[in-house]
Formats: sequence, structure tokens, C-alpha cells
Amino acid sequence: MSDLSSSAAKHASRTRWLLLTPALVILVFAASGPLLITLVYSFLTAGAYGGVEWQFSWDAWFNVVFERDIFEDTLGFSDAHLSIFWRSVKLSLLTTLFCIFFGFPTAYFIATRPKKQRDLWMLLIIIPFWTNLLIRTFAVVELIRNEGTVNTVLMALGIIDEPIQMLFTEFAILVGMVYVYLPLMVLPLYASMERLDFSLVEAGYDLYATRLKVLRRVILPLVKPGVIAGSILVFVPSLGAYVTPRVMGGGNQLMIGNLIELQFGQGRNWPLGAALSITLLAIVMIALMVYVRTAGENEVRHG
Amino acid sequence: MAEGTGFSIHRQPGFTAIAMLCFVLLYLPIILLVIYSFNAGNSIAIWEGFSWRWYQSAWENEQVQEATVRSLIIALWASVISTSVAVLAALATTRTRKFKGQSAVFAMINQPLMVPEIVTAVALLIFFAMIKVATGYTGLMYLIIAHAAFCIPFAYLPIRARLQGMDLSLEQAAADLYATPFQVFRRITLPQLWPGILAGAMLAFVISLDDVVITEFVKSAGQDTLPTYMLGQLRRVVTPEVNAISTALLAISVAMVIAFTVLSKMKN
Repeated sequence: MSDLSSSAAKHASRTRWLLLTPALVILVFAASGPLLITLVYSFLTAGAYGGVEWQFSWDAWFNVVFERDIFEDTLGFSDAHLSIFWRSVKLSLLTTLFCIFFGFPTAYFIATRPKKQRDLWMLLIIIPFWTNLLIRTFAVVELIRNEGTVNTVLMALGIIDEPIQMLFTEFAILVGMVYVYLPLMVLPLYASMERLDFSLVEAGYDLYATRLKVLRRVILPLVKPGVIAGSILVFVPSLGAYVTPRVMGGGNQLMIGNLIELQFGQGRNWPLGAALSITLLAIVMIALMVYVRTAGENEVRHG
Repeated sequence: MAEGTGFSIHRQPGFTAIAMLCFVLLYLPIILLVIYSFNAGNSIAIWEGFSWRWYQSAWENEQVQEATVRSLIIALWASVISTSVAVLAALATTRTRKFKGQSAVFAMINQPLMVPEIVTAVALLIFFAMIKVATGYTGLMYLIIAHAAFCIPFAYLPIRARLQGMDLSLEQAAADLYATPFQVFRRITLPQLWPGILAGAMLAFVISLDDVVITEFVKSAGQDTLPTYMLGQLRRVVTPEVNAISTALLAISVAMVIAFTVLSKMKN
């Protein structure tokens, strides 16, 4: 009896792995495998004309944050890298904050519509979410470039004489990232607000709470998981953004993603590029782990 | 809910205004982009009358033609490959008890969703550069495999959702009547699963069609897809031709999203 069931279990397990094989082969070949090779590359020596020499070296990891002055042979922090890291973190945090500012009321508005209307409002959020990121970035570029809509209108109205330089600034990157990542904030916020028990809100008003108090003491604590989920979903791709800073920043305002690309283009320091990639990945993984942990805690509390 | 005084428990001051502003801001740039694709003039901000000329010039632009064909070939292959392997993977991972290595498998399938695209792009650049040197092959296969890989989670998730919602009793009945596992799959599971499969395939297609970053890093010389061609064009003086291409891509995405929404809501 036990023999029979164990052989059946073995058979089921073999079938399962057989079914999984094609997907796993592709993923190993074009996702996790290359990632491991990148890790290996970060410990190699940079080749003179791009590529690598197969010789172990800590140089790439060292160069992520430090810089050796070749003339004085002194050691210092790499200002260029640190300022790019700082810009990336700063812009990603600001993007997250602005997305909360716009996304929270929007999700609340949708969640408080009659049930039949909600799907339609949500579709309006989902459509931009599934449209090409490059096209959406480009749509913002057309709006704010010197010969774009905003400047043209302002000049036609006589408010300004010369176009305001908005494109190729940090401001432009921020606007672009808020614009493209906003749906990522609204989706989880809406999911948690839809389940919000409004009898609790009503109880708050019955106890003479003001609207602000109800918002702060009742609604906000209840939808906190949604706020955290949305923040992570916005922060993570912002930090790794490549297209938006490239198009909106115009090569002057680099973020980590662009710094990584540079190592494979003009800079031609592949190991450094690999080390920077792994650094970015590590930061993202830490953020995701925080997310999983807070989500898990909430499951437990509700369960 | 609203009482005699007009007091609504739902209301929060300013929220509706911000929400409306949000919808306007989300759609204004896209709508302007579409409108100016029909501009008769060269400007993307000054309206000079309606015309199809930019669609015509995009249509006749050889680079655009080539990039379009290449984009479609890659997206088609990527969605077929990723959906096929995702169906098998979904069959293996749904409706079973927890198995050894399960979390590792999920981590691998979802990797493209979690790892920043630029990191995957660089990793693929490094790895494929090694293969290119070793084999001398520089064809489209690299792009197809790369796209298939990051499309897998997008194909997998709707298929798995569909499988989880399906009734097990029909399959059990068929098995009780001595149908082979393959017959059960062909006759019972597949007919119920196809909306999920179609939804997954469409999602994969759109995701592949829209990809910029990974394509930009993996492509060999002369292998521009429509998005990487557009990215290259943005550096120059932009004419409404880019708007016309964008509008065409936009139309495909919107149609796919709506079809996807309908399919995922479909009951048996």
C-alpha cells in the first residue's frame, strides 16, 4: 500500500518536473544564468577595449564607491558615482511621494464609486499601465520640451517671452517617472481600499471625529498595506529606471541605470558595470524583502 | 448613505478634485500625442490642419517597415514560446500540494518581474556576447529567446489564475472513465483553459512588442525594433511621424488590454 502510493508520488513528481523543464531551461538560459555570469564578471579585470580578462580582481567592487587619484595615488570616494546614487535615491523617493499624493485620492475616489462604475474607472488606470512606457515618456516630452505644448501655450498667452527649459533637468525626470509609474501606485491602493469597511468610517463620524481625523486614524491605518505595496512597486522600478532618465534627462542627469549602460558604451568597464548592476539588484531585493515581510505580517494579523 | 443634511461618510475634502486632475494628467499627454499625429504641419505643438501625411510617411519609411516586421516576428515567436511553456509550467504548479523546490521554481518564473530590467539587459548583453564570439551567430534568435524569457511570468499568471478557478470534478470523472492523462488534458482541461491561454498569449505579445531596454542591449547592429528605432529618433528633431508610429502602437496595446480584460472575466 505504502509502496504503491510512494511510487505514484514519484511518478507525479517526475511528471511535474518534466512539465516544468521547458520553462526552466529558457529561464536559466536567458534570465538566472546570465545573472550569475554577471556576478562572476564583477570579480574580473576590465579588458583594455571592453570585455574582460579572466583574472580575479576586487577593482570593480572597489570602484563602485571609491576612486583612486592617479596623480597623487590617494584614495577618496567617487564623487561622480555617489552623486548619481544620491540622485537616483532622491528622485525615486520623490516619485514615490508624488505618486502617493496623486494616487491615494484617486484610488479612494474609485473605491467610493458605486460598484458598477468602479471597473470602468479602473480600466482608465489600467490602460496607461499596459501602454508602452517609451510612448508615455515621449508624450510627456512633447508636452514640456522647448517647442512643446506648455511653452507654446505660455508664449502665445504672452506669459513668457522665451521658452522655459524644462526638458533635460531633474524636474523633467521626476515628472516623467511620476507620470509613468502612477498606475503602479493606484492598483494596490485600490485593492486595499475596495475592501475597506466603511462602517468603521461611519463609527468614527458617530463619535464626532472630523474628516481629517477619520482619514488619519481610521482609513490610513486600514489601507497601510496598500500604501506600502504601492510605494515599493513605484520605488523599485524608479530606482532601476533607464528609459525615462535617458529621454527626459538627456545624458546630463544620469541615474544608476544610465551609469550602468555607460560602462558598456564609452566607459567600457564591463566588470564595473556588472558590479553596479549587482548593487542595484541588491538594493531592490532588500526593498522587496521588506515588502514581503510587511505583507506577511498583515496576513497574520488579519488571519 | 447620504443623510438629509447631505453628509456623506465617503467624502474627503479635495480628494475628488485631485482624482479628476489625476485622470486629466494621465490622459492629456497621450491625447495630445494622438491629435498631433494628424497634424498637417511639422510641429508637435502648433496645429496646422488635419492630414494623414505622417502616417503615410511612416508607412513608406523603409526603416520603420523593417522595424515593424522585426517587432512583429519577435513578439509572435516570444508569445508562442512563452505561452506554450507557461501552460506546461502552470499545469505542473497549480492544484498540487507544496512540493520540494516550489519556492525556487516560483522565484525563477517571477524573476523577470522582480529584477530591474536594466540588470537583466546587462546580464544578457554579457552572456550573449560570449555566445556570439563562440558561435559567430548574430541572428534574431537572441532577441526571441530573451523576449520569451521575460514574457513567461506574464503568460503564466493568467493561465494559472484560470486553472485555479477551474472545477476539478470533470477531470476526475474523465479519469474515472479510464481517459488517459493526455485525453483528459485534450478534451477536458484545454477547452476550459483556452481563455486563460489566449489572455496570457496576448499579454506576452504586448509586453514583447513594447520592450525597449532589453532589446536595446541584446540587439546586434541593424536589428532595431519599433521601440528602439523610436528611441534612436528621439535624439533628433522630432516630427509628428514618431507620433503616428506611437499612435499605431498605442491602438494595438489598448485593443489588447480591452480584449484581455474581457477574456479574463469570461466564465466557462
